[in-house]
Amino acid sequence: MVDHAAIAVEHLSVSYRSLQALRNISFGLQPGQLVGIFGPNGAGKSTLVKAMLGLIPAVTGRIYYGDRLLSDQLDRTAYVPQRSQIDWTFPATVWDVVLMGRVKQAGWFNRFSTPSRHIAAAALERVGMSQLRDRPIGALSGGQQQRVFLARALAQQADLFFFDEPFVGVDQKTETVLFRIFGELAQAGKIVVVVNHDLGESITHFDQLLLLNRELIAFGPRQQVFTAENMVRAYGGQVQFFSSVA
Amino acid sequence: MELTYLTEPLQYAFMQRSLVVAVLVGVICAVIGSYLMVQRLALLGDAISHSLLPGLAIAFMLGINIYIGAFIAGVISTVIISLIHTRSPVKEDAAMGIVFSAFFAFGIILITLIQKDNKIDLNHFLFGNILGVTLADVRDTALMAALVLLCVFLFYKELLFYSFDRLGAQAAGLPVSLLNSGLMVLIALTVVASLKSVGVVLVLALLITPSAAAYLLAARLHQVMLLGSAIGVISSISGLYLSYYVNLPSGPAIVMVASGFFFLALLFSPAHGLLTQPQSQSVLPLWRDIRSLFR
Repeated sequence: MVDHAAIAVEHLSVSYRSLQALRNISFGLQPGQLVGIFGPNGAGKSTLVKAMLGLIPAVTGRIYYGDRLLSDQLDRTAYVPQRSQIDWTFPATVWDVVLMGRVKQAGWFNRFSTPSRHIAAAALERVGMSQLRDRPIGALSGGQQQRVFLARALAQQADLFFFDEPFVGVDQKTETVLFRIFGELAQAGKIVVVVNHDLGESITHFDQLLLLNRELIAFGPRQQVFTAENMVRAYGGQVQFFSSVA
Repeated sequence: MELTYLTEPLQYAFMQRSLVVAVLVGVICAVIGSYLMVQRLALLGDAISHSLLPGLAIAFMLGINIYIGAFIAGVISTVIISLIHTRSPVKEDAAMGIVFSAFFAFGIILITLIQKDNKIDLNHFLFGNILGVTLADVRDTALMAALVLLCVFLFYKELLFYSFDRLGAQAAGLPVSLLNSGLMVLIALTVVASLKSVGVVLVLALLITPSAAAYLLAARLHQVMLLGSAIGVISSISGLYLSYYVNLPSGPAIVMVASGFFFLALLFSPAHGLLTQPQSQSVLPLWRDIRSLFR
């Protein structure tokens, strides 16, 4: 179904106790793609990303990256959780959080090497946060917090990037920075997967859209996914204005 | 002149031993307590400490080192707690409450039984008796403290990532289950090491209070640990002297001093102090609600 060196999700199902959250999801991703996962609240968007990374157990299904399971190659992935899942009163500075992106690469028992620190500093520069490096994370705005997390993901130098609702509660500047860097990552041959619930104009930034509501409703280029029929299947009746966006 | 109040007791060997234990316990409780606090696991610290009691009693009956028995009981209690809350709909806080009260009750029964035939005082385990530490206690406490501090030093960056963002750490390929279990073992070791000075009932205060005071004053986790250690050590030593001069049980004395530090930080912290950062909340919500009832 999918070429070499790409992600293949095969027959993925996830249940929370008796509730089936995802049913028989299959799709493939290619290097260089910026993929948006869309769907109504409770559609299982975050669950899909977490299950792909093996952060929550799947009932059935396998996720391959290249020839091997993705969950065995997590040193090649970077994941940014929803901002609301993080305790922002945690005693850490911007720099502390960005350096977390280098923990796995530094290895057990080792301190952060000079190249590692340079990589982290460059990541912070790229999101425009260098001057706030020593600020406690609790003293940042929502957009700045999101950019710190983006810098942490960049510092990981991963091949696969997963962002869960990165645009919630961020300012215009941060949204611009996020989309610019997502585009740059895709151009560099990375795979960038973004969970999003906002169907506004930002949708034009994505190469591929995945429309989800417990099951996979449509996957592919924007024009192909955003048909009236697909939108009704995903969102029910309240989607009139989206047809004009597509 | 006044200094002799501090130095005079130190001519006794038992005071020297107590001082060493007070310093060690003050440091490791603040360091491990910082993790408990940022992960909102305060209740777990309380659960583990109360659960030590039966292990301690059984070890005493069998004639093995009571610290080993206490440590095993502490680890078993965390395993049972996580079994209950992962395998049943019962929530984690309820699981902790059930397990620690069961272990604690069992421990009190065992100690009450053996108390009849032996010179062993239940109160010392419950509330601490820092003036009664033996040379063997000092040795064991030092070993446990060294192990705890070495682990925190070696795995600091991994534990920081894990305790800040568990999912992010897992997705980056860190073995989070192993880190979690390791942290549980460190908590159990710390609580066991603190048995003699504060006792199982109050060890939670020495874990949480100094690190919470430091948390109000410092911006980074290692600073919280260092400052918390200083507060913990000062509290421990003050409690030791109060115990010596006023014949108070050491645990409550230590806890009262630490609590004093916490309330000072709460009132005067430059960044978060109640008095230094005036809140604009003019009317208490409760008072507003009561007033509206009579309108």
